[in-house]
Amino acid sequence: MQTNFTAAQLEKPEIAVANNILRTCVHCGMCTATCPTFVTIGDELDSPRGRIYLIKDMLENDRAASQEEVLHLDRCLSCLSCMTTCPSGVDYMHLVDHARVHVNETYQRPLTDRLLRGVLAQILPYPKRMRAALNLARLAKPFAFLLPGESMLIKRMRAMLNLAPAKMPAPQSLGGTVHKAIGRHNGRVALLAGCAQQAIGPSINTATIELLNRLGIEVVIPEAAGCCGALVHHMGRHDEALEAAKRNVNAWSDGAEYDAIIVNTSGCGTVLKDYGFMLRDDAMAAKAAAVSAKTMDISEYLLKIYEPTSVPPDITVAYHAACSLQHGQKITAAPKTLLRKAGFKVVEPKDPHLCCGSAGTYNIMQPDIAASLRRRKLDTLKAKSPDVIAAGNIGCLTQLAGDGIPTVHMVELLNWMAGGPKPAALNGV
Amino acid sequence: MQQAKPKPGILDKRAEIIAGLQAILPERAVIGDNISLKPYETDGLSAYKQMPLAVVLPETEAHVVAIMKFCNLHGVRVIPRGAGTSLSGGALPMADAVVIGMMRMNKILDINYADRYAVVQPGVTNIAITQAVQDEQFFYAPDPSSQLACMIGGNVSMNSGGAHCLKYGVTANNLLGLRIVTIEGEILEIGGKQMDAAGYDWLGLITGSEGQLGILTEVTVRILRSPEGARAMLAGFASNEVAGQCVDAIISSGIIPVALEFMDKPAIHACEDFAHAGYPLDAEALLIIEVEGSETEQSEMLARIRDICAAYHPVSMRVSQTAEESAAIWKGRKGAFGAVGRISPDYLCMDGTIPTSELPNVLKRIQAMSDEYGLKVANIFHAGDGNLHPLIMFDANDAESFHKAEAFGADILKLCVEVGGCLTGEHGVGIEKRDLMSVQFTPSELDQQRRIKSAFDPAWLLNPSKVFPLSGLAAAE
Ligand SMILES: Cc1cc2nc3c(=O)[nH]c(=O)nc-3n(C[C@H](O)[C@H](O)[C@H](O)COP(=O)(O)OP(=O)(O)OC[C@H]3O[C@@H](n4cnc5c(N)ncnc54)[C@H](O)[C@@H]3O)c2cc1C
Ligand code: SF4
Ligand code: SF4
Repeated sequence: MQTNFTAAQLEKPEIAVANNILRTCVHCGMCTATCPTFVTIGDELDSPRGRIYLIKDMLENDRAASQEEVLHLDRCLSCLSCMTTCPSGVDYMHLVDHARVHVNETYQRPLTDRLLRGVLAQILPYPKRMRAALNLARLAKPFAFLLPGESMLIKRMRAMLNLAPAKMPAPQSLGGTVHKAIGRHNGRVALLAGCAQQAIGPSINTATIELLNRLGIEVVIPEAAGCCGALVHHMGRHDEALEAAKRNVNAWSDGAEYDAIIVNTSGCGTVLKDYGFMLRDDAMAAKAAAVSAKTMDISEYLLKIYEPTSVPPDITVAYHAACSLQHGQKITAAPKTLLRKAGFKVVEPKDPHLCCGSAGTYNIMQPDIAASLRRRKLDTLKAKSPDVIAAGNIGCLTQLAGDGIPTVHMVELLNWMAGGPKPAALNGV
Repeated sequence: MQQAKPKPGILDKRAEIIAGLQAILPERAVIGDNISLKPYETDGLSAYKQMPLAVVLPETEAHVVAIMKFCNLHGVRVIPRGAGTSLSGGALPMADAVVIGMMRMNKILDINYADRYAVVQPGVTNIAITQAVQDEQFFYAPDPSSQLACMIGGNVSMNSGGAHCLKYGVTANNLLGLRIVTIEGEILEIGGKQMDAAGYDWLGLITGSEGQLGILTEVTVRILRSPEGARAMLAGFASNEVAGQCVDAIISSGIIPVALEFMDKPAIHACEDFAHAGYPLDAEALLIIEVEGSETEQSEMLARIRDICAAYHPVSMRVSQTAEESAAIWKGRKGAFGAVGRISPDYLCMDGTIPTSELPNVLKRIQAMSDEYGLKVANIFHAGDGNLHPLIMFDANDAESFHKAEAFGADILKLCVEVGGCLTGEHGVGIEKRDLMSVQFTPSELDQQRRIKSAFDPAWLLNPSKVFPLSGLAAAE
């Protein structure tokens, strides 16, 4: 569609990129129908096409972001369902990433909002801090009902407390460890251990490492690698995100040869695969592109080498497709193929393209929309009467937990059928 | 494009009007600030833009009634909007008008399999109806390519068609009843839950009335039993004309496939890029032909169609073997307009109908015009119905390119009328074709149609700048 940038504006590389993206959009509206927020709220402004238009107007007029734009951009889950739907190939992800940076640079958020975002950015990426915070939250959780009123801040705090697990798992610190292949040697990979995941879902990394080792793959977790930067990236904290990206690119380019960089939290995987773009103008652009090219979701990697060894139990697994996998990385069949290969009966909910509302810190920042998407997803999952819900992303697992059906990472199920332990969540099934 | 003059006094009362609407509607149902109104300034025809006075998003029929009473009382114009996918600018706002967005009224109210109907609110998307009934082996037949997004209220207002309408008819042939709210805020029930009602064909009148007679608040559609099976076939040809001749031959033979779709080379390439359907990239033109029924019926029909195609020396012929292959073939066709966005920043999608025997001739003349105007065209259309969709590619950032595209488009539509066809197949007249209406109709025919609008909407408040040349609105006022 038409854009109105001046020649001077177009000289800025970010604006030139935005302009190219905007010009591929033909304003057909196909993307609106598969956008979780449009389906929930029913307003063009909460649809991809509406957001694209808001961003276009804001950038064209070189205007500081206003409360209205921020409202609708904040409501975007970055689930990228719109990119799967768009026939024209509009790169919404990079457009909204840029818009978020613009918001971060030009908009003064209300104090409570700023504080909350600051706190999240200071805690979530660091496993130790995260653990400490969760321990506190766990203690406070029984008193969540005492939080007075229905203001957004209170709702956000309640949402935060609700995410704390009832029982804290043992601490996990994998940085700087090497896990040798068992028996044969078929390859060597680096694993992104994740930040929040080490604190709240250590069994996922354990299962990943065990399974890969048993399949003859050595797993290395370089000391220097840390949080992927997704969290701050989605908050528009550009510099912090780039810092995380650079640190990781360096850590995985340390001279050691890896066949692949494995990710078992698909939310992070999407960002790793974007390092090449994020650092395109940096001195380390080539290294970053190489890291992105080597990044694989665990399901992609396992597809060729996974071999189950156990007799499958009669269990129905509802596969929940994480947005970062199905839309961000376009991986749709691999996880289901693997689960079937392992011998499980696999079912899928209606509207599998819709987000569960987890989306990083979305369930804290947008508790109402997140709760309604969670309910919708759980209802459609339960309609298929599963014994367990499996997904490839810890965010989704946390979001969908606590409604009577156990949730596990699919790699835990795969490991179980290949000689590993039965996932603790399944005790009783 | 010329805009109608705002009504005197309305723009000055904007703040009062917004406050008045806020008073009768729930929170966040009224949009009145210029930043938030911006994305509502256009629809699927994004070359035309106009900021509205305000947008309202009703959730219930009672809200609609309240809005209409309020607007009627204050003489405020109203523009209904569904998903905003109109390609003729049907939902384009006016400076002094309130846009009434129907997307929050998106509930399926009743499904009756025994009597084969579904009652839905206007904001339900076309595909959602089929999705709601497909587990019981039913479907809703009209399938515009925009079916993922467009809403049934918009479909009824534009009398939309789609690839499978060759066999099943367009929206009008699949409707049983409607509820509309008039500009006075009265509710009318039209038709019912079975075919045909007593008296005038009201249903036929409202269908295709482009939001000019009332606001639809409930639609009862007919649902059909899904066919036993269906198979799509691809046939590539060496030129547009030969493909056109083949279409004519298939139709003249008396065979009615469920769908008979045409794409030319630029379209084939753009769609293949998006859908990876295995379209023949070496062909100049492609026909997608779908048949349905039992296995034997399908095979018999396909054999006959293959024989006909063979006479036109196809460069390739392929029958899809799996459901996935068919799905990919249709994904490409249904995403075709958007996919053209991959090869051109902008397009104008024309929509005219011609007798199928004129296809080869018309395609040749469109190509000649394309050379003359220096603008590329991609042709994607419902060939079986003779419903053309030439997509004129242009650059909206270049004003001259846009004006050429508009003139080229008008020439194509005049050509359609000249060869005995019609200005619009299924996208409606909207704002795009309103000035060409006098090419199609005599003054007295137009007057008679305007009198019908006046009977429903005496002050011409409902979507008044569309369908008729602007002189009609001026005369009515
Ligand atoms: C990519 C693409 C492909 C398309 N393919 C096809 C196709 O194959 N066949 C086809 O026929 N069309 C097609 N269209 C055109 C368009 O999708 C149809 O015209 C559709 O019916 C519009 O529905 P909508 O919900 O988007 O309505 P809108 O565009 O919002 O509105 C259309 C008209 O209906 C009126 N209206 C909407 N809702 C109501 C209501 N509740 N009460 C009263 N009036 C109302 C509006 O005022 C306007 O005049 C296509 C469009 C696109 C972008
Ligand atoms: S589907 Fe793509 S081209 Fe169409 S409006 Fe959405 S982003 Fe734009
Ligand atoms: S990323 Fe998801 S929430 Fe955001 S606009 Fe796209 S579909 Fe909607």
